[in-house]
Amino acid sequence: MAKEYGEVQLFGVGGSPYARRVRIALEMKGVQYTYFEEDLRNKSDLLLKYNPVHKKVPVLVHNGKPLAESLVILEYIDDTWGNHPILPQQPYDRALAQFWSRFIDDKCLPAITKAAFTANKEERDNSAEESLEALQFLENELKHKFFGGETIGLVDIAAGFIAFWLPAIEEAVGLKLLSCEKFPKLHKWGQEFTNHPVVKENLPPRDKLVGFFKARYASITASK
Amino acid sequence: MGSQNVKLLSFLLSPIGHRVEWALKLKGVDYEYIEEDIFNKSNLLLKLNPVHKKVPVLVHNQKPIAESLIILEYIDQTWKQYPLLSQHPYQRALARFWGTVADKIAKTSWVAMCCSGDEQENNVKEAREVMDKIEEEIKGKKFFGGDNIGYLDLAFGWIPYWLPVWEEVGSMQIVDPLRHSAISAWITNFLTHPVIKDSLPPRDKMLVYSHRRKAEFSSTPRG
Repeated sequence: MAKEYGEVQLFGVGGSPYARRVRIALEMKGVQYTYFEEDLRNKSDLLLKYNPVHKKVPVLVHNGKPLAESLVILEYIDDTWGNHPILPQQPYDRALAQFWSRFIDDKCLPAITKAAFTANKEERDNSAEESLEALQFLENELKHKFFGGETIGLVDIAAGFIAFWLPAIEEAVGLKLLSCEKFPKLHKWGQEFTNHPVVKENLPPRDKLVGFFKARYASITASK
Repeated sequence: MGSQNVKLLSFLLSPIGHRVEWALKLKGVDYEYIEEDIFNKSNLLLKLNPVHKKVPVLVHNQKPIAESLIILEYIDQTWKQYPLLSQHPYQRALARFWGTVADKIAKTSWVAMCCSGDEQENNVKEAREVMDKIEEEIKGKKFFGGDNIGYLDLAFGWIPYWLPVWEEVGSMQIVDPLRHSAISAWITNFLTHPVIKDSLPPRDKMLVYSHRRKAEFSSTPRG
């Protein structure tokens, strides 16, 4: 069984949404892999060897060949293991899926992070505004049960941050962005996503996550 | 086949827009070019790219696609001649990874041009470190794509022609011909390629534009 997949290793950190994305994709496709938890304050030699450019996780290593950047890794997984496809076949639909997942990483996540974890109130408010605009684009884009249609796709996996990490941030810092009044479809999607059998097994413990975010918020607001 | 209804909304001086033009030209795809005044954005742009409001936008059979690297992949899948990406999954993934690096470092180099003092020094240092890695990637190859120009050559296409302008405007150096001899050789290969050399914007206009953006950057309060 392992021969089909070759040797697959994943380097990540438990609380990070990016490594979880890769785990969800591998597990959806039934790919056997070995997971290595990294200590980011003490990066392993292997990590530095496999990702010399960014020195970050997650890194996937397949038969000794390393890859970094979670969205790149997700596409590679889809190209390599054809069952349970997470990207559409049609070029235009693929382009849209790539567009929205990049949007999530380049616009959504940074805005949400800044809305929560900035000392300056004006910056926080501006970022909250940006976050709401970004969430509205996603709300408008959601036309089925998932972004991928009836099954989870690339965009859903990328948006996992919004389904699970965002509510934890909201609880930790007292912020409200993803309200079900403003974003009924996205709110419902978040519940469907986190209840998906593969996703459910691949989320970090919520209380630890909230604790982590509380500590982060405290250190930022204390250093004013 | 598909070439009857291809439009490209772009900006003459944009290195990112040029990636798309080069791809279409390499594949011999006919297209209608629409110039956008980025200082006075048109309703067309806002309609075609409401999310980012930026060029380039490719419109094929009335369907718009934004983000240059995504457009390159779309072009490659739609018009099969002159392939830009390898068929091999790992090589494709490597190209996509380095594409994200190309975007990041283009931004870092641009910001380095716009700022000064310590901030400039930090950005230049970061860009130089990545250039050292890019040097390793191109060693022994004519192009990143091998014998022919590929996706990654287009992604890095700002280095041969735009970066020297930014270096001049910012009084800085990011590519060092001695340290980056393989990149320098690639630069010559790229700029002398028949499709590329006839598809470059006027340098004097690039200088004026870059000076203007640098001045705006300094005068805009940043938090």
